[in-house]
Order: sequence, then C-alpha cells, then structure tokens
Amino acid sequence: MKELKSWLLAENPDSRKQATLGRSYLGWLRFYHNPLAMIGFVIVVMLLLMALFAPLIAPEGITSGLTGDELKLNRFLPPSAEHWFGTDGQANDVFSRIVMGSRITLLIIGIVIFTAPVLGFVIGTVSGYFGGWVDAVLMRITDVFLAFPKLVLALALAAALGRGLESAIFAIAITSWPAYARLARAETLTVRNTDYLAAAKLQGANHWRLISGHIMPLCLSSLIVRVTLDMAGIILTAAGLGFLGLGAQPPTPEWGAMIAEGRDYILSYWWLATFPGLAIFIVALGFNFLGDGLRDVLDPKSGGQN
Amino acid sequence: MSHSNSSKNTLLEIENLNVTFSSVHGPIQAVRNLSFKMGHEKIAIVGESGSGKSQTGRAILGLSEGNVSADKLIFDGVDLQSLSTRDYREIRGKRISMIMQDPKYSLNPVMTVGKQMIEACRIQMKVSKKEAIKRCMDMLEAVRIRNPQRVFNTYPHEVSGGMGQRIMIAMMLLSSPDLLIADEPTSALDVTVQLQVLAIMDDLVKERGMGLILVSHDLPLVASFCDRILVMYAGQIVEEIEASKLNEAQHPYTRGLLSCLPNNAIKGQPLATLQRQDSWLDEVPNRQEQDKNAQESLV
Amino acid sequence: MIIESQHKSAIELDNLSIHFGSDESLVKAVDQVSFNVPEQQSFGLVGESGSGKSTILRALAGLNQHNDGNMFVEGEALQSKRDKAFYKKVQMVFQDPYASLHPRHTIDKILAEPLAIHGFKDSERRIAQVMEQVALPSKFRFRYPHQLSGGQRQRVAIARALILEPKILLLDEPTSALDVSIQAEILNLLNRLREELSLTYLLVSHDLAVVSYMCEQVAVMQHGKLVELLQVNSKGETHAKHPYTIQLNLASKGYDRKVIEEFIDHE
Repeated sequence: MKELKSWLLAENPDSRKQATLGRSYLGWLRFYHNPLAMIGFVIVVMLLLMALFAPLIAPEGITSGLTGDELKLNRFLPPSAEHWFGTDGQANDVFSRIVMGSRITLLIIGIVIFTAPVLGFVIGTVSGYFGGWVDAVLMRITDVFLAFPKLVLALALAAALGRGLESAIFAIAITSWPAYARLARAETLTVRNTDYLAAAKLQGANHWRLISGHIMPLCLSSLIVRVTLDMAGIILTAAGLGFLGLGAQPPTPEWGAMIAEGRDYILSYWWLATFPGLAIFIVALGFNFLGDGLRDVLDPKSGGQN
Repeated sequence: MSHSNSSKNTLLEIENLNVTFSSVHGPIQAVRNLSFKMGHEKIAIVGESGSGKSQTGRAILGLSEGNVSADKLIFDGVDLQSLSTRDYREIRGKRISMIMQDPKYSLNPVMTVGKQMIEACRIQMKVSKKEAIKRCMDMLEAVRIRNPQRVFNTYPHEVSGGMGQRIMIAMMLLSSPDLLIADEPTSALDVTVQLQVLAIMDDLVKERGMGLILVSHDLPLVASFCDRILVMYAGQIVEEIEASKLNEAQHPYTRGLLSCLPNNAIKGQPLATLQRQDSWLDEVPNRQEQDKNAQESLV
Repeated sequence: MIIESQHKSAIELDNLSIHFGSDESLVKAVDQVSFNVPEQQSFGLVGESGSGKSTILRALAGLNQHNDGNMFVEGEALQSKRDKAFYKKVQMVFQDPYASLHPRHTIDKILAEPLAIHGFKDSERRIAQVMEQVALPSKFRFRYPHQLSGGQRQRVAIARALILEPKILLLDEPTSALDVSIQAEILNLLNRLREELSLTYLLVSHDLAVVSYMCEQVAVMQHGKLVELLQVNSKGETHAKHPYTIQLNLASKGYDRKVIEEFIDHE
C-alpha cells in the first residue's frame, strides 16, 4: 500500500499512465478530505448499490398481487417490522417499491447524463471556438430553448409525446442541454485566445484537434460539476412529471408518481408520500454534496496545483 | 553609513521578521529572520521571484495573508504588532502608503479617478468636499499631470499605464505619509515612462522628507535610484549595501545577479549564469527533506 | 524590394501594414514596415508597448489576419492561410511560459502532439533528443507544467518549437517574464541552439540590451513605424542616430535625474 502511494505521488513519473493516475490520486486525496463531498459520494454509491441489488434487497415485489379480502386486510398498513415503510392502497410494500424505484431514478439520470450534457458540450465548444456566424446560429437556437421555462417545456413535450417514462426522459434531456451549451461556450471563450491555443495552432493542429484535445479537457471539469449539481434538479423534474401524471405510469414505482398516489391520503396515511419524498430528498442532497466536492477538486483555478 | 546618520531618527525598525504560509506541503517560510532599520531614506529590497521581497512589504503593512511574527516591528515608535485591526488601518491610510505593481488592479474600474481620490482624501483627512477637490487637484499637478481636470473625470481603463501609476502615487501621497512602500511600481511600464514615474516619486519623497521602500527585481535600476539596497534570497537578506558601492558587492548572489545581465556581456560569449548554493542560506532544511515532508503531509 | 546580400533572406517584409478595428475606429498597429532577415542571422525588433513589434510576429505566424503588403518566408509569399509545411519551417516561442503551455497536458503530451500532427515516426527518440537539446532532464517528461519553474517551462516551450525541426524561430519576448538569472540561461541556450541547428531568429524585445547582445541587426519601432535599422557590431554596439533610439538607449542605462528631464513625452 505504501509503495503504491509513493508510486502515485512520485514527483517524476516514468510513464504516461503513472502521471495520469498520480494526478487522479491527488484529486481523490483532496476529495477525500472534504467531509460533505464524502457524504454525497457515499449516498450516490449507496444508490448505485441499491439499484444493482434491488431484487435482493426488496422483501417483496413491485406489486403485491393481492385481491379481494386479502387486499382489504393488507392495504394502508402503517410502518411496522414487517412493512418498514408501510403498505399502499394496493397492499404493495412501500419499502420494496422505493428500492425498486431506485433503478428508475438511475435510468433517468443515466440517460440524461449521456445525452444533454454531451450535446450541449459539443454545441457550446464549437460555437465558442469558431465564433462568427456559427456562433450566432447555434446560440440563437440555444436561446429559443432557453426562452421557455424548463418544466413548462418538458411538460408540453411529455404531453405531446404521450405519457410514459421514455417521453419524460426525452423531455428532460431536450430541455436541459441549452444550459450546458452556454456554459461550455463561456468556458471556451476564456481559453480561446490563450497562448497555448495559439501555440497548438502553430503546430498545425486542425480545428477538431484543437477543440477535442485542447479546449474540451479544460471545459470538462466545470461541466461535470454543473451536471452533478443539476442531477438533483433532474431527479426533481422527473419526479415532478411523474407527480403530474406525465411521467412513469402506475404501477411503475417511480418516486414522483408514488408521491402523487400518496397525495390523496396524505392526512390519513402519511407514509405513502413521505418515504418516496425522503428518498428523493436524500438522493438530491447527495448529488449536491458530490457536486460541491467535485468543484473543489476539479476547479481549474484551485485544481491542478498540488 | 546611512545607518549612522539615520539612527537619530529611525523610522522603521524590524528585527527577526518571519512570514510563514501553511500549505498541503507543510509550512513554507517566505521571509526568515529578516532585520533592518531605516530612516527617512530610500531603500530598495531586491530579489528574484519567490525571494520574499513582496511579502516583506506586505508584512510591514499588516496585509500579509501568512503568519507574521517578529521580535521587533516598530514604525516611528509605534509597535505595529500590538495594534488593533482598526488602528492598523488608520496607520495604513495616513502614515504608511503602498503602491502596487499594476494600477489597473488598485483602482476601482467603475468609478472616475476624481471620485476615488476625493473619497480617499475625505476618509483619511475628514475635510470638506471642496477642500478635498482642491487637494486632489494640487496632488495631480504635483505628479506632473498636465491636465488634471481632464484626468479627474476619466475612468481608470481610459488612462495609460504610466498615467495610472502617477494617479496611484498622487492618491497614496494625499495624506502625506511618512513611509511609502512601492512594490514593483514601474515594472509594468516602458523604460522611459518608468524613469519618469521614478523621478516624480523621487522628487516627492525628497520634498516631503518621506522614507521609501522600493521593492524591485531590477538591481541596476534601484542602484541608480536608491540610497541603500537590501538583497534578498530565499526569504533572507544576504547582503546590505550602499547603492553607490554596488560594484563592490561581496556576496556571490549579488555579484551573480549583476554579471548575468546582457548589458555587461561580451557579444558572442555566453552570459555568466548564477550557480545557487545551499550555503547561502542559514538554516534551511535541504530540499529533499522538504519534499519528503510535503509528501507525508499529503498522505 | 530587393536587398543585395550575400545571404539568402529567410524572412522578408514588404510594406506590411496591419490594422485593427473598422473604418471609424481604425488603429494602424503596423504602418508600412519593410525589412529583411538573412538566413541564419538573428534579427531584433525593439520598441515600447504598442509599437507593433509583437503584432508583426503574430502576423508572420498567421495569428493576425488583417494585413496589407507582402510577407515572404524563404522567398515564398505567404498566403492568408498557412499550410502544414509552413509550420515545419517557422515556429514561435511566446512571452509568458506560464500561459503558453496547456495546463492539463504533460510535457510528454505537449511534445508528442506536433509529431503526431505531422506524422513523424520514431517520436520517442525525437522527444528524448529535443529534451536533451534544451537541457531538460528526462525525469521531467511526465510532469505537468505547474510542476516546473518558469525557466524550465520556457525550455519546454523552446523544445516544442524545435521539435518539428524548423529553420526559423519567432521569439516573442522569450525572457521578459523570467528573472534575470534565468534570462541568462535561456539566452545562452538560444544562442547555442542557433549555432548548432543553423537557425534564423526574429527576436522581439523591449530590452535594448538583450537585443543588441543577441542580434546582428536591430529594427527600432515606434507607433507602428520602423524608425531606425541598426547594425550591431561585434562589440555589441549600435550607432543610433534617431532621437527615439538614443532616448531608449539612455533610459536603459538606469536612473539619472538630469537625463530624464530631457525625455520627450510619448504619452
């Protein structure tokens, strides 16, 4: 272990790999010493584990499958040793549904991460790098999307595409890229006229190499931070769409939809809406903490210096 | 020695000044055991980047972000270390002033030069607005700005570097301080402008009998300008010398700094380079040990 | 414009004018400048800030677009778009080594990239060779720029400029951001490299002493115009006649109250 550490922290690495790993390790050290970031990190890791092992953790399935008298006897049970978070109107175990729902939350996050920021990143860096009419056209398109409030646009899209989880995810992705495009463009503008970019041009580097090899790595860290911080908002938007009935449809255990179901009974059966709400709250908080910690590690102004 | 003729009237006395910064690599000593005395004279603190010269200036002003400690830090009979933040601010405004390298960063970009000067003047001297305007105009004339009225109404970005630095000098001298600390006041300027600005500073310092500490990296320049030079290396004063006797400098570092200039070089022959030696430092742990500490503190 | 010379010319400027801004706020940064840099010579451009000296350098490198007049490199007129072959002939070293190296690239990556762009084979050997030429210890190869001192960074920048084996180096105040002791090391390095690799230098500086030590010819610039072309003799002396050059010369001698009174104000 000690040898590994000194290898990672070597002042004069012997290979490309060692240099990169050493740098990551330094980042990890800084991250590790930030308690809030670690709390966020642990929450996100636990969400991942929960989603991965959901069928093993959840004591019952998504639906109880009970009917008739059985259903009447087992529905709306308050939290107990048998049903930690109680049961709902269909006698489903709320705890099991929340655990299974983590997969849906993760699916939403996963798909959004690999679409909106990527699209926004490419548009923003290209726009900032070329400037001129390319910039004008791309940024006007971005403005059109930014002109509508995000939730309203997502609502309209989800309604137009038909109810369902897929259209909710699509609506979120399509409404969140403009912010990333703006961010990436602003970052690009700050590095566009630097000497190291001029130097790379003088090596004969073409546009693509300059954008992907020189500009993107510099803009990436602030994008990652922003995306992580936005995750909370994305989860909330997805939950909001679910709550309004435009996202996941019952009996899908989407947390927002679960709150919507529990809303009617909030006074008599408090646990129906409270536990999914807590789950959303904790995961959103976790991503926020993680984002803050990543900002400390990745911020180009403080980062990079060891 | 200017030591003797200024000893009657010591303006600033520093004994064993230390400035330390903490970092992930463990403590970094920017200034170590620095001592000097000065009267109403022009002294220069010269050194290369990282020598601690700027930190010394900031420590005297109480503006250091590091940990400052000293056996003595006495300005005109006042123990600076015992001052409250408020009293320090008072002294900083009225009796010790500082001029920074780049006037662009010292002036407020959204306020006209005149407004800033009047504000500074009124805060420091509690005079009427009319009186303040008059004093500011006089001061701008004193730094040889030909059309003070016009400069008064400009914004900082509208003036050239040389003009900006003159404005800064005017502002800093409004309160007639006893000590002026100038940190590389002219290194962002072109040579001719640089000399003109120094000339203005020179005249004002003489007229008003102020003390001047000029922090600079330019050894030949300060030698032609100041009375006495303190040469700093790695946080320590390695040599203290009369400016006029600079070519008799004893310390290999001072001599090295002079000989590596292209001004004195023979064309076609390589320039002399400076061979740094650990023996120049009093009690510095060697570099390797520092590195080891640094790594341990990280883990 | 043909100047008789025993050397072929590496760089030739013919009535070069560069302006910024549009009609009303037109600023002439460079105004009808012509000069000729013979092969394997070192040519200095000296002047105060705003004299247009760096603008000329950037125009040669293709970093500024708006210019009139002609520029030739090794006899070939430069087109507004430079091709890859040009970058193998002409390279540039920037003023501030803290700003000219990509903060997220290791030294290895900085040096490997030009080789990759131009399809060099055996890049391992070439990187090692160029690091040796600029006297950078090989242990620095996988460090990031922030782990190096200013002088070491400037060595990396010089290595990057040399790695494509160019014949001409454009040097934009290569030592003005460095301490004097480091400046001496870098100037010595540049002189040694010029000899070893038969390079041509176009050196921009505000420091007359640096330029007269380094160069055979010096062009003095003021407000975008070339005011005087000086030959530097073997003792490093120039016999300036133009009052502006004389003033610059006096100013670089240090603080002298009487001399300063005589200065003509350029502000």
